[in-house]
Amino acid sequence: MSLLSINALDIRHGLLQAVREVSFQVEQGETVALIGANGAGKTTLLRGIAGAHRPAHGQIRLDGVDITRMPAYQRVGMGIALVPEGRRLFAAMTVEENLQIARASGRKGEWTADRVMETFPMLKARRNARCGTLSGGEQQATAIGRALMTNPRLLLLDEVSLGLSPLAVNLVYKSVESLIASGATILLVEQDLNRALKVANRVMCMLEGRIVVEGNAGTLTREQITDAYFGHQKRARAE
Amino acid sequence: MSVLTALIEGVLLGGYYAMIACGLSFMFGVMKIINLAHGSLAIVAAFGLWIIADRFEYDPFLALIVVLPAMGCIGWLLQRGILERSARSGELIPILSTFGLAIVLENVLFECFGADIRSLAPYVGSLAYDSFDLGGGSYIGKLAVLTFVVAILLLGGLQLFLTYTPLGRQIRATAEDPDTVELVGVNSRFVNAVAASIALITVGLAGLFLALRTNFDPYSGSLQLIFGFEAGVIGGTGSLWGTLAGGIILGLAQTLGAHIHPQGFLLAGHGVFLLVLVGRIYISGPALHGFLKSKFGGGA
Repeated sequence: MSLLSINALDIRHGLLQAVREVSFQVEQGETVALIGANGAGKTTLLRGIAGAHRPAHGQIRLDGVDITRMPAYQRVGMGIALVPEGRRLFAAMTVEENLQIARASGRKGEWTADRVMETFPMLKARRNARCGTLSGGEQQATAIGRALMTNPRLLLLDEVSLGLSPLAVNLVYKSVESLIASGATILLVEQDLNRALKVANRVMCMLEGRIVVEGNAGTLTREQITDAYFGHQKRARAE
Repeated sequence: MSVLTALIEGVLLGGYYAMIACGLSFMFGVMKIINLAHGSLAIVAAFGLWIIADRFEYDPFLALIVVLPAMGCIGWLLQRGILERSARSGELIPILSTFGLAIVLENVLFECFGADIRSLAPYVGSLAYDSFDLGGGSYIGKLAVLTFVVAILLLGGLQLFLTYTPLGRQIRATAEDPDTVELVGVNSRFVNAVAASIALITVGLAGLFLALRTNFDPYSGSLQLIFGFEAGVIGGTGSLWGTLAGGIILGLAQTLGAHIHPQGFLLAGHGVFLLVLVGRIYISGPALHGFLKSKFGGGA
């Protein structure tokens, strides 16, 4: 059985339909990259899976359990953790406190604040600093660490490289790669196509709320993806 | 009365104001809700204590065992029944609904208890008028000292609770970002209801000391609300230590004002409040201008 199974999911922001009849599966241990232009519905899809948006139609199943109507905080207890776009740390609180707050669901597992420090050595010196004073890379590391502290089975990463220096992006991705090597299941949104193809087993490309191309990272060509990204296929069909 | 006694009395009175302001400041800091029913709720607690002391002849301090949990329940219901629903409709609606609640509470109390003035002072022996001799003909009231000590314990305890306990951390995180806190596994509705309960328990304590040190009737709430507000604003809303400092500044201003002129008590308190308010606006001038611009359009 797939770890995550999405069936005909529709998510709306008022009158705008951001996600349209999306269906896909994520298997245990897989890394899936979600790419697409701004406004394609990637962030909404991730937030829908995490429970921050209620879908209008369709089902979300985690390990066969229907979690479509479950509130976000209970999904964390089931093992879904989202690293939100823009990090959304509690800026007035310290790194340590941001990590500890994620223990609220009480989900058992191997992640502790000490292990987060080992995974992200750049945080060691900043452990008791307020998050508002951290650099972008340190904030992103804290945000990923905070999600890991919930001991997730499925980690959702929303544009972790956004607003970071190239050096910081490398550092963050090094940690993501070590997570992948340890067998984590990850669904990530990434604008950098090369990076997405490098870390992921499978790539899905979204356009106007739908998944238009899906395939193994090794077999999809850059052209196929860029065509889907800019909607060339659709236009070709229309002509 | 020497200036020194006036200073000591002012500080002690400040403890009382800080206790009144505690729940108000806590609720604003955590839930961003200005609770205009705050004063009336303190009067509800005072009447609760008075009934237990008068009808069942229990010591008012003992009656807290019943009244404080009851206030906690009222806080829970207030959050779930009124504040949470009204907060969905925008920033202004919770203020209006607590204003409405204050009017309802006042008039229900009036229906039940009439316009008679009550006090808990007769039920605590000589505590209300006992005093410590400072020498040189100066005395300070035991009740005032007790109030001050309880206020410090209350505010300090709450501050420690917020800083060091998991629930305290959750309350602070929910205050900062109620959406994100759900994404890390915190039930923000539950946390807000707990915070409202805590706020109302502090209101219950404030009601006890209010009823011990003065008389009260069903309509006494609004003056308490004003003092609580002033202490909270002077100290900077949302910070508990700031609230204590604000209470003490207000208490000092009132007592020293009264020392200068018999009518200076309220005048000096309000004066300091206005000075702080104007000072704040002056200091944060550009920021406030930007805020007003964003609220009322770019024309300004």
